[in-house]
Amino acid sequence: MSDYINTEPMQEIFVFETSQLIEQLEQIILYSEKKNGLESQINEIFRIMHTIKGSSAMMCFNNISLLAHSVEDVFFHLRENKPPQVDYMYLTDIMLKVIDFIGSEVVKIKNKEESYKDPSNIIHLLTNFLSDLKTSRTGEEINRSAHEAGEPDNNPGIHNYAYKAVITFEEDCEMESMRAFAVIHTLQQVAYGISHLPEEILDKDSCNKEIRAKGLTVRFCCRLPESEVRQFLEETMFLRELTIECEPVHADRESSEETEICLPGMEEDSTGKNSGEPAEADKLVNLSKQNFISVNIQKMNKLMDVVGELVISESMVTQNPELKGLELEGFKKAARHLKKITGELQDIVMSMRMVPLSTTFQKMNRIVRDMSKKLEKDIVFEITGEETEVDKNIIEHISDPLIHLIRNAIDHGIETREERILAGKGEIGKITLEAKNSGGDVWIILKDDGRGLDKEGIIRKAIENNILQRPASDMTDKEIYSIILLPGFSTKEEVTEFSGRGVGMDVVQKNIDKVGGTVQIDSNPGTGTTFSIKIPLTLAIMDGMTVRVGPATYTIPTVSIRESLKIRQNDVICDPDKNEMIMIRGQCYPILRLHRIFNVKAGTGKLEEGILILVESENESVCVFVDSLIGEQQVVVKALPQYIKQVQGISGCTLLGDGSISLIIDIASLINSKR
Amino acid sequence: MASILEDNLQIENEDTQKGRFLTFTLGKEDYGIEIKYVTEIIGIQPITQVPELPDYLKGIINLRGKIIPVMDVRLRFKKEPLDYTDRTCIIVIDINETSIGLIVDTVSEVASIDDEDIMPPPNSKTGFNNKYVKGIGKLGNEVKLLLDCGKILSEDETELLGSMVQV
Repeated sequence: MSDYINTEPMQEIFVFETSQLIEQLEQIILYSEKKNGLESQINEIFRIMHTIKGSSAMMCFNNISLLAHSVEDVFFHLRENKPPQVDYMYLTDIMLKVIDFIGSEVVKIKNKEESYKDPSNIIHLLTNFLSDLKTSRTGEEINRSAHEAGEPDNNPGIHNYAYKAVITFEEDCEMESMRAFAVIHTLQQVAYGISHLPEEILDKDSCNKEIRAKGLTVRFCCRLPESEVRQFLEETMFLRELTIECEPVHADRESSEETEICLPGMEEDSTGKNSGEPAEADKLVNLSKQNFISVNIQKMNKLMDVVGELVISESMVTQNPELKGLELEGFKKAARHLKKITGELQDIVMSMRMVPLSTTFQKMNRIVRDMSKKLEKDIVFEITGEETEVDKNIIEHISDPLIHLIRNAIDHGIETREERILAGKGEIGKITLEAKNSGGDVWIILKDDGRGLDKEGIIRKAIENNILQRPASDMTDKEIYSIILLPGFSTKEEVTEFSGRGVGMDVVQKNIDKVGGTVQIDSNPGTGTTFSIKIPLTLAIMDGMTVRVGPATYTIPTVSIRESLKIRQNDVICDPDKNEMIMIRGQCYPILRLHRIFNVKAGTGKLEEGILILVESENESVCVFVDSLIGEQQVVVKALPQYIKQVQGISGCTLLGDGSISLIIDIASLINSKR
Repeated sequence: MASILEDNLQIENEDTQKGRFLTFTLGKEDYGIEIKYVTEIIGIQPITQVPELPDYLKGIINLRGKIIPVMDVRLRFKKEPLDYTDRTCIIVIDINETSIGLIVDTVSEVASIDDEDIMPPPNSKTGFNNKYVKGIGKLGNEVKLLLDCGKILSEDETELLGSMVQV
């Protein structure tokens, strides 16, 4: 079918919905694992799997729907029969496999890849699990479980009859499977607990042949007496023969093999049961069911651009030089009002791009779980402040660094159980992930209570790998610790599955740098390590210091500015290559004259008339020489036109209040260009 | 139905734009560019210099919140630079979603030149700049050099490479 219809928009929705459901499911599973058992969430899991099954079947992703179907079977059994002893740990493992499978398939669909994997080994696990659950009734056909939820019958206790109907179609009617499907579909209106032979009614020749030869056997429960059922079924088109056997049903479900696992599943039913459960569980579900609309990010960016323009044109109007010296009380009042509204508008647009960190943080749950199982370390993982909101662009950049840091913390940081006991610590390791707002920044703090960083080891390794730039005796503890963020550094001798290849930590640094953040490391031998990541709230707005160089203005990101200073000519040291340097508090910094680098006419060539700004990036500092400081302000970052491509030392541009353009200096690449 | 109408409109638009050229002067020569590329014409504006650019790219300007690069066509054609005056104009053109401003001495008019009045440029390399000129249009007694907008924008890379090899 998908060949004929343009399924693109539907597919988009499918991908979006399914990935949301999968995320929700993962949260539920991990959450209930902590709370010992999935029992309270069976209904919710069933509902999610049911939705996934339905939508994937509709989109013809049969592997997903088959898998979802067998998960549904298991949870159906759990819900209806409440088996007393269930290995929930094992089930959780299987469920996580299911989640991974569906997740990866959805990604494939999103990327329009064709190679759909076969879920049969997971399905096998599930069916085995289900049959283990039903050991008392071995030999029973697992696949005969409930076909569909949503029948109108609420009370399985008062059903009267179970029927077995064999339907054969006229010989030349063609498309037997479709007709069989239609019969079952109409039956669902009056009956429940429907099962049928052949089990899979598909539009295939083999299926058609089977129905042609043996007819369609349907077993179902129904309140209607036999005569009415017969009448009902006789309305079927192209019907050749119909036999109906009636088997009265006992109140005791166990005795009736036919219907025992074919009991109806009702959504209304499940919500009813839910109400008695702890409010906490409901809260978890509600958390992921907020009211959202998804908007194309392009539109958001455009909106932000327009609002940015509005803010600029507002100040172009209200601070128009032609208004100078005029007494315009009414105008000023109106202008203030306009300013207030545009400011508010800007805030709202910014907040629209903000997303809570919770999804990123929840992902970490999974990593901690998998790793602690594999490495056999017991670890408690605590998350606080996950509701902290950060710009969407930034979230994309911090997920990888966090994964690396957490892997490192578990692999290298937390000791094995025996080591912990020897060190006199609790058997169970602890990792906390915290996010908080402070000023215009967000702090993400990852703490573990492991063995801490080995200072001596780091120095030794750094010397071995020749990445030490200064004598170790000169360095503060923090500086030594931050060596581990340099490329090609790994203290772990052997490479494990999770970490230790010496890539990774520099990825952390790189990714955090990309969003204008910083990483600080603090560690106490024996008691643990703390990584503090500072990231800005948003990439689109940044604090910048505007400086003047001759006729041009430039903006330097405030994060990289350490200090600014006036100097005298004789403070400057010159080497034979005419490289200028300056000694500040015993440290020697090179001086970069911005007008030389950017080749503009400087207002002044004399160092004592201008001002030096000490800037730092990636632990390297230089002094930048400019004519004068204009002031610090928040600027809206804009990209340079594509035609100009990349310019060394410039990361973008911004519009100043008077409509003129100021280039934003990229300190890191400025320092690199110096080399 | 609506789409058919739209198509018709577009065809009409193209028809009205076809054979029409915006003409401008650089020194003594008259040039023309196809009107379909032209977005607007603005007076000279304060230009922000950007480092590392070839000299004919003067920098970037702020066009109502949109940042676009500007190119001095005189320098692009290796002519003597001329100070900008009130008469200096920036023609904003849009090619393949790229907006760029062209700085020219003066803008003259929009002229219609029929296809039969357009000659191919002389094949020999003797004429100056003829790699940017894709045709020569006759308009009454005057001759307009019709520019290939795409070439003005894109050929600089090979040129840059060439100059780098020489260095």
